[in-house]
Amino acid sequence: MSIIVSSISQGILWAVLGVALYLTFRILNFADMTVEGSFPLGASTAVSLIAHGVNPFLATLAALFVGAVAGFITGILYTKGKIPILLAGILVMTACLSINLRIMGSANISLLDQKTIFSVPFLSDLPKYFDGVVLGLIVISLILGFLIWFLQTELGQAFIATGDNPVMAAAFGIKTDRMTIMGLMVSNALIAFGGAVIAQNNGFADINMGIGIIVIALASIIIGEVVFGNLSLNQRLIAVVIGSIIYRLVLLAVLQLGFSTNDLNLISSIILAIAMMLPQVRKYLKLDKVLHLGGKTND
Amino acid sequence: MTKAVFSLKDATVTVPNGTTILNDLNLDIYPGDFITVLGTNGAGKSTLFNVISGDLPLTAGSVEHEGQDITQMPAVKRTSFLARVFQDPKLGTAPRMTVAENLLLAEKRGSKRTLKNRQLTNEKLTTYFNLTKTMGNNLEDRLQTATGSLSGGQRQALSFLMATRVKPGLLLLDEHTAALDPKTSDQLMAATNHQVKDNHLTALMITHNLKDALTYGNRLIVLNAGKIVLDVKDEEKDQLSEADLLTYFVH
Repeated sequence: MSIIVSSISQGILWAVLGVALYLTFRILNFADMTVEGSFPLGASTAVSLIAHGVNPFLATLAALFVGAVAGFITGILYTKGKIPILLAGILVMTACLSINLRIMGSANISLLDQKTIFSVPFLSDLPKYFDGVVLGLIVISLILGFLIWFLQTELGQAFIATGDNPVMAAAFGIKTDRMTIMGLMVSNALIAFGGAVIAQNNGFADINMGIGIIVIALASIIIGEVVFGNLSLNQRLIAVVIGSIIYRLVLLAVLQLGFSTNDLNLISSIILAIAMMLPQVRKYLKLDKVLHLGGKTND
Repeated sequence: MTKAVFSLKDATVTVPNGTTILNDLNLDIYPGDFITVLGTNGAGKSTLFNVISGDLPLTAGSVEHEGQDITQMPAVKRTSFLARVFQDPKLGTAPRMTVAENLLLAEKRGSKRTLKNRQLTNEKLTTYFNLTKTMGNNLEDRLQTATGSLSGGQRQALSFLMATRVKPGLLLLDEHTAALDPKTSDQLMAATNHQVKDNHLTALMITHNLKDALTYGNRLIVLNAGKIVLDVKDEEKDQLSEADLLTYFVH
């Protein structure tokens, strides 16, 4: 039972990454590799600050800020420097490896005996793993609330239009470069924030903790879409959270089959590849009529 | 004499390989002008539009808007007084946003977008229903549909409504009916004509259809090799025939 609760708590905490990546991957329509750098950047910033005695809540907020900076740099390289987005992201991701070592001073820092955001009384009184579930739900609710509000503002609509059709957006006076940079900043700020929370949940920050996280974030997006089919934008964001939990449960099931944790990245990639190919397989086998996997459709 | 709302003075565009696409072109556009623009491929019609919209810089000469030199003004700023409908139905609308959302987005053309709620109210939807109904192609029943699943004709009709949602100082129509079947094209042309007249819009319309060029608008220009070789209006335009026009189409 407790390993299932643990998986659910991991799913909710990691959902932050899926929701953040949604902004770039689905709304701006590109894969932002920066996240593999901004995730450990947020973790190392928060953990280092906490190790130096800074209030854990302040340290976690600091992660938001450094993540936004990483996104800003990728955005400038892409929009003003005209470097292809994939490469711009890889450049910042690689640079973050050195930055993170500078911040931490070593390859990893433990939070043993340090106060974290999980140390507040009402969380530490909860049974094991439930603290992650509760805090994760609070965090993801705040983020979803913010994004749902933001995407319905005039600015949020301009941001969506930029990803949807940059030519049209520009013809209506939307500064598309600015929208792209803003999206990268918000996305990476949230990713770094997620890194800070997850590092505190794990009790340490490690220089290599960013490897493969884009695959995990993508998996939650794709699984959410495959399971729920056609949804409104707000519903899609919630579907990502559920996708993230499903992903963790699938992972748990696979581990129960006897795979070791060393196989995790391989398994993650396989799960994502299968999820991404599913629409093609479905089309090919005409499974839709048989399976109704799509759930209810809105439009 | 009324003042020109838009002017091109000695506008020249030369591309790096030395070809001159616009050659010392002068054009004054007056309020209420509905100008049809004809010319062979490569005559400089699209370049003319891109120079006006600010997407292409001039090599020499200047662009003026209401007497102000805007040659250096970036394209995105010009959208406060310029609107454009593209030839490709895919270019004019955001495919994953609904018809209503697209119209709402168009209401902010050229003005600042803030963190205020977008305000897609029921009153707005009623307004959009009545507005889209005027196009006569059932667009009004699809207000909540993503524009990606509309027909080409519906998309172009929507693009046109979006461009005119906030009255532009100058409306650029870039062969906006060319990608449509003849019937849909005629329908959109008629609707365009109505809206331009009823709202006293100033418009520039590129077309390859000689009949449309003669039927619609009060003024007609023919471009050839980057120069205006014919510029006629009112009665003079009415007396033109398709055969007359063809004589100006020389390479």
